[in-house]
Amino acid sequence: MALPNKPAGEIKTVRAPEVEKRDVDVLIIGGGMAACGTAFEIKKWADDDTKILLVDKAALERSGAVAQGLSAINTYIGENKPEDYVRMVRNDLMGIVREDLIFDLGRHVDDSVDLFEEWGLPIWKKTDDGKNLDGKKGMKSGTLKSGATPVRTGKWQIMINGESYKRIVAEAGKKALGDENILERVFIVEILNDKNDPNRAAGAVGFSVRENKVYIISAKVMMVACGGAVNIYQPRSVAEGKGRAWYPVWNAGSTYTMALRAGAELSMMENRFTPARFKDGYGPVGAWFLLFKAKTVNGLGENYAGSDDAKAELQKYAPYGTAAVTPTCLRNHLMMKEYKEGRGPIIMETTKALAALGETMDKKELKHLESEAWEDFLDMSVGQAGLWCATNTEPEKKDSEIMPTEPYLLGSHSGCCGIWCSGPEEDWVPASYKWGYNRMTTVRGLFTAGDGVGCSGHKFSSGSHAEGRIIAKSMIQYLKAEGDKVSGFAETDQELVDMVYYPVYNYLDNFEYTTATDVNPKYCKPAGMAMRLMKMTNEYGAGTGTFYMTNGKSLEVLMDLFEMFREDLEKIAAADLHELLRAWEIIHRLYTVQAHTRHIQFREESRYPGFYYRGDFMGQNDEEWFCFTNSSYNKKTNEWTLKKEPYVKIISD
Amino acid sequence: MPSFVIAEKCDGCKGGDKTACMYICPNDLMVLDANAMKAYNQEPDQCWECYSCVKICPSQAIEVRGYSDFVPMGASVQPMMGTEDIMWTCKFRNGVVKRFKFPIRTTPEGEANAYSDLKGKDLSSGLLSTEEADGMELKVPTELA
Repeated sequence: MALPNKPAGEIKTVRAPEVEKRDVDVLIIGGGMAACGTAFEIKKWADDDTKILLVDKAALERSGAVAQGLSAINTYIGENKPEDYVRMVRNDLMGIVREDLIFDLGRHVDDSVDLFEEWGLPIWKKTDDGKNLDGKKGMKSGTLKSGATPVRTGKWQIMINGESYKRIVAEAGKKALGDENILERVFIVEILNDKNDPNRAAGAVGFSVRENKVYIISAKVMMVACGGAVNIYQPRSVAEGKGRAWYPVWNAGSTYTMALRAGAELSMMENRFTPARFKDGYGPVGAWFLLFKAKTVNGLGENYAGSDDAKAELQKYAPYGTAAVTPTCLRNHLMMKEYKEGRGPIIMETTKALAALGETMDKKELKHLESEAWEDFLDMSVGQAGLWCATNTEPEKKDSEIMPTEPYLLGSHSGCCGIWCSGPEEDWVPASYKWGYNRMTTVRGLFTAGDGVGCSGHKFSSGSHAEGRIIAKSMIQYLKAEGDKVSGFAETDQELVDMVYYPVYNYLDNFEYTTATDVNPKYCKPAGMAMRLMKMTNEYGAGTGTFYMTNGKSLEVLMDLFEMFREDLEKIAAADLHELLRAWEIIHRLYTVQAHTRHIQFREESRYPGFYYRGDFMGQNDEEWFCFTNSSYNKKTNEWTLKKEPYVKIISD
Repeated sequence: MPSFVIAEKCDGCKGGDKTACMYICPNDLMVLDANAMKAYNQEPDQCWECYSCVKICPSQAIEVRGYSDFVPMGASVQPMMGTEDIMWTCKFRNGVVKRFKFPIRTTPEGEANAYSDLKGKDLSSGLLSTEEADGMELKVPTELA
């Protein structure tokens, strides 16, 4: 975008970038919680001479979804049973989940939480007389591992002072792996297949956003964990505010697109997340609901979620709708009903909640409570605190509006889209769920974790870290058993440079044709393409513009628009390295959101009311669709294939 | 609520080995104008307002201004990072000021135990290295369908 009195981008692109080649055993693509888990764990299982490289497009210290911090760890099993964790996830995601992956995560996640605490993450503690201590004062109660009681806001969540959560976790990952094995500010854009076995991963290619340099990396085994997908639908705020996405705005769907283009099967890509959050600032509501017991009302002041009407509506989605905890999508569904029938906006009554709590508290305790409420924002969503300040909102004096956001794609939060992965090689895991190595995708030697693993949501930060550790071990198993089967990739250095740098060629070949470089009929720029993509998905792919409604015809229109978009991406242009980053992010976003909407097109039912609706197939059709949906893509022929995959119930009701 | 750099305070980190904000921004937004030796946010509409640049700036030259498309003017939220705590000053549009202090870590920076000497024993088991070292047994589900 244009900047007054400044050049647009400080690091200009050049036609002939430097090439740096690396030859490693293990490649870790990504730098968030999952990748930091892998970084921590992998050398403990690898031989001393194993060459490992982690590549992050940002700086490990503050990359990924936890960059800003978090105010809670949402998955800590503690006194609960992993079986109950599976039941909770299954119910929230309307029945169709991979129970093997979820159970496996549940039995390991606490070990990562214990490590976080040992490394210095302050975790709140409950005193014997029921008072909350922050993570520093709570140290005298001992650690969770030694038996101290955390402050639970729900059955699975614990409160933390998490401003530096990612810095702490990254520090341990960096130390374990060694600085010399980490490349920062390098964006990997494509995974390369083996020249003798197209269903095997053999390397990856990317570029530096700090210097004109292409990285060509040979690897015997690799993992991709670059988060979910954001800014794939037009956000409710469309100018500066589109940066204030709920999930990190730099998550470009790279995980799904790179795996898909390498030949991996994706699963349940129709599943999306449109969290109800404080309007515009997208601050968290969990603590308000769970810790402060706040209620929401519609524009008429009615407790709409507790009405007979709502109960009848939820009954339609039994057994999920009638479970003790209403699934996230159905809570949204009830909200959508209010909006559509003219009873919005939805208001969270923070004033009443704090007044009720205040009745049993003294002044000091009330002050502490106020501080807890603000910390919830300041730890993970400072923008919400800013919005409250700017609108003179003191939550004890003024209520706030909540609203469901634009759609996001992710596999670690309350969503479950992702890559179809092998489960653990254990007797209790059904045969159709396992093919050799835990969390290996359907491409041999390609693993994923965190947002990448499909059909197993609700792992959150701690679960993503634990999953990164799980695959560290599986990758070494694969390396030892099959590493020598990897024979390298067929592409030449020049072919790879041309593939990565083509947006630069488009720019340099054509920019002199017009007097202003942003408007040129011979190429398109990432900023415009970003808006074009989000406009078409919003209008036809069940965005906020249609209250998340779509149908077969709309999706048909969308697929035509996608195809022209894909063709036009061949003309995308990058004048500087920052723009080259944005160009590749748009390419990644296209394939990811295309997978998402193709799945919606394939699944002829509305499995997740409140997240999206098929107007032509309202309601759930268990007879036809109580199964996973998997997709694959052939990048040579540009063909998509979708199919059903059977669901197997492992854990009892 | 994009970050902005106060011209008078920014020295381009000329005394340091790297420009701090450019090093840390997760979205590659902060850049150094090498001629002016001042940093700036090159793409404010992609700012998540994660405050990473604000927190790391050694000159306290970076602040955040509310997103122009929905935030009324006049408020500010500014942190001050310590080694153990963070202090926040929240100024309301109407002049109300609130201050909060929260712990950020309980160990000295750089002291996280990476268990660098730990080597796993049984590669074929489902246990993670620290679980194995603790003598944990791998759970299997008992409440089967």
